[in-house]
Amino acid sequence: MFDLDPHLLARIQFASNVTFHILFPSLSIALAWFLLFFKSRFMATGAQFWMNAYQFWVKVFALSFALGVVSGITMSFQFGTNWPGFMNTVGNVAGPLLAYEVLTAFFLEATMLGIMLYGRGRVSERIHTLATLLVALGTTGSAFWILALNSWMQTPAGFVMIDGQAHVTNWLEVIFNPSFPYKMTHMLLASGLTGAFMVAGISAYRWLKDDRSEEVVATLRSGVWVAAILIPLQIIAGDAHGLNTLEHQPAKLAAMEGIWETQREVPAVLFAIPDEKTQSNHFEIAIPKLASLYLTHTWDGEVKGLKELGRDHPPVAAVFFAFRLMVGVGLLMLFVSWSAAFMFWRNTALKEWVIKAVYGMTFSGWLALVAGWYVTEVGRQPWLVFGLLRTDDAASLITSGNIELTLVTYLLLYLVLFTSFVTVVFHLAKKAIHPGVNHA
Amino acid sequence: MPELAIDLTQPMGWLPIIFAGVMALAILAYVILDGFDLGVGILLRLGHDRGQKDQMIATIGPFWDANETWLVLGVGVLLVAFPKAHGVILGALYLPVALMLVGLTLRGVSFDFRVKARPEHRKNWDHAFYAGSLIASWAQGYMLGQLITGFQSSLANVAFGLLIGVFLIYAYRLLGAGWLIIKSVGDLQLRAVQWAKDSLWLTAAGVLAISIATPWVSPRIFHKWFSFPNVIMLMPIPMVTIVLFLVIARSLHRLPSRLALDNEYGAWIPFAATVGVFLLSFYGLGYSLFPWLVIDQLTIWQAASAPEALMVIFYGVLVVFPCIVAYTVYAYRVFLGKSSALEY
Repeated sequence: MFDLDPHLLARIQFASNVTFHILFPSLSIALAWFLLFFKSRFMATGAQFWMNAYQFWVKVFALSFALGVVSGITMSFQFGTNWPGFMNTVGNVAGPLLAYEVLTAFFLEATMLGIMLYGRGRVSERIHTLATLLVALGTTGSAFWILALNSWMQTPAGFVMIDGQAHVTNWLEVIFNPSFPYKMTHMLLASGLTGAFMVAGISAYRWLKDDRSEEVVATLRSGVWVAAILIPLQIIAGDAHGLNTLEHQPAKLAAMEGIWETQREVPAVLFAIPDEKTQSNHFEIAIPKLASLYLTHTWDGEVKGLKELGRDHPPVAAVFFAFRLMVGVGLLMLFVSWSAAFMFWRNTALKEWVIKAVYGMTFSGWLALVAGWYVTEVGRQPWLVFGLLRTDDAASLITSGNIELTLVTYLLLYLVLFTSFVTVVFHLAKKAIHPGVNHA
Repeated sequence: MPELAIDLTQPMGWLPIIFAGVMALAILAYVILDGFDLGVGILLRLGHDRGQKDQMIATIGPFWDANETWLVLGVGVLLVAFPKAHGVILGALYLPVALMLVGLTLRGVSFDFRVKARPEHRKNWDHAFYAGSLIASWAQGYMLGQLITGFQSSLANVAFGLLIGVFLIYAYRLLGAGWLIIKSVGDLQLRAVQWAKDSLWLTAAGVLAISIATPWVSPRIFHKWFSFPNVIMLMPIPMVTIVLFLVIARSLHRLPSRLALDNEYGAWIPFAATVGVFLLSFYGLGYSLFPWLVIDQLTIWQAASAPEALMVIFYGVLVVFPCIVAYTVYAYRVFLGKSSALEY
């Protein structure tokens, strides 16, 4: 088909699978907690509209969960087939972490999901709520183990190398490695925002379609408030994470900021086109000294540039633009969620332009999440495990013909499934509309 | 011989055996649990109308997610505890594994999409559910065939894999039909009896094919089975398997007249006896293969990870495994009896 390097194909295949996969767990984690909230409100107030909200969103949750499971199973095979060098080198670290994910979280959520979806009427309401809680804990627990491994790949700790293999000396240092708290917080907040904007956005869609039921207003309000509370926290967490990256992975940070020269009074580059050949930015628009302020918290702090950090730096443009996309979406989130929250807080009539803006942000969480994920994962290159194992040395040598074939198949499948998910969510929303009931 | 150097008093000696056991248990649990719901998926095409198809899906609805998790555990243990074998096996099986994953993906998502999509798309998701179940089952059978014949790509071995794939489809179909007999009533239940009958003899042929092929491939396995006194000690395995097949056949013969009178007596026999056949076949296969992960090439000790990593997981398994079993049993108990309409 194409004359492409099998390493590259294996990487594209894995990257596309991870990208597809990450959309759904990140949504499921937040939705599970939203569902627990809706169910608890129903239990506390007895108001049927909370149960309606639960029953609508549990359908979206089930879809998202199923898509996460099937793409996750694919990944559990691809770890071995696409990255044999990974397990050979750091298997003693990665293996137990993955094992604990399956043992403590995956089984729990998958089993309790059955009771959560179909058990109402067969178990008491309390047990049903408990099952919902356990599913939420399971999804969050999965994230814990996976992020422990992922952050360890960014900032490995707690091990020694013997004969080219990592052997663990301290499990607590492995799990709570230097970047773990930042990554875990940043990711969970990102998940929360993804879920909050999805809940608010789909509710806004129904509201715009003339569904003014208590259910829609309640879920719209819940989504908006959660988003409005989480987004400033996320900006703080993101800043802290950036400082952590500056300390441990200066090349990633320099690429994010588009900084080539080591300098004091570093300007914040708003826009530029980074050029790796000339090692400079074209069409740069920057604010003087600002980057020094937010990176070192002084006006004249020094930040190392890519030139000084040597050849082992990530592809600059990809990281640079992905970072700007993430931050841009984040600022939009702040603006839209606060506008809407202000409207709810002042208890004014719901303004149509605000609701439209919320609707427009339905999938904004996914956009920011994937962009942020690319910043951190592409930013780690050329390393698979930072400073320890190069991506090239871990990739597989499966013949490229087989990879091409499976890559095309997977890509088509993901495209169909993603489109189906979005279509079906809107179909469900349309079906659930109770037009003309005005409680707002 | 690598076996001679194994000191079973050391973690390096016994941990790989434990993990081989955990992996075998996980794969066995997967084959039986996902086996019945793949079987129901394969049978879906034969459901009489939309209502009956919904009924069929309702019997597996609360379970399939957790059932599939056993596969992740099985392949996870292979990856984590026996990384070298993971590379060899999944490298050799790259295409059938990819095919299985596509099948499982289609099956897993259609399950949810078919009830939520627009009415005009529902048929497509039913087709995808059927096709996904069929593809995944066939691919698993093909992989089993390849495992037994040592991953050779000669024409005979590929043909053997193709054939085992077809046999496994019927074995899952039998398991699925047995499950439907337990979980359903009326017309569907009677149809399920017929579907089980249609699957029985090809399942038996599959067991026979594997039993003949395995010792034939490796003289070592032949010796393990047919040397004296092993041959007498092991005789009960094939004997009981044959008896179980006869029990299933007799039960399927008697069930329609009983069920017509609303007499559920023995409705669980086809499923239970089929599980028995799976257990015995699995045991036989395990006996043949042990301690080789790749026949005559790689043992569990040669492929194992560092003992300290295995030890960490071992503690986790000790604590968590009983919990998993407990809540899995609980979940099945919650949905005990005839399945009801599936809605949420």
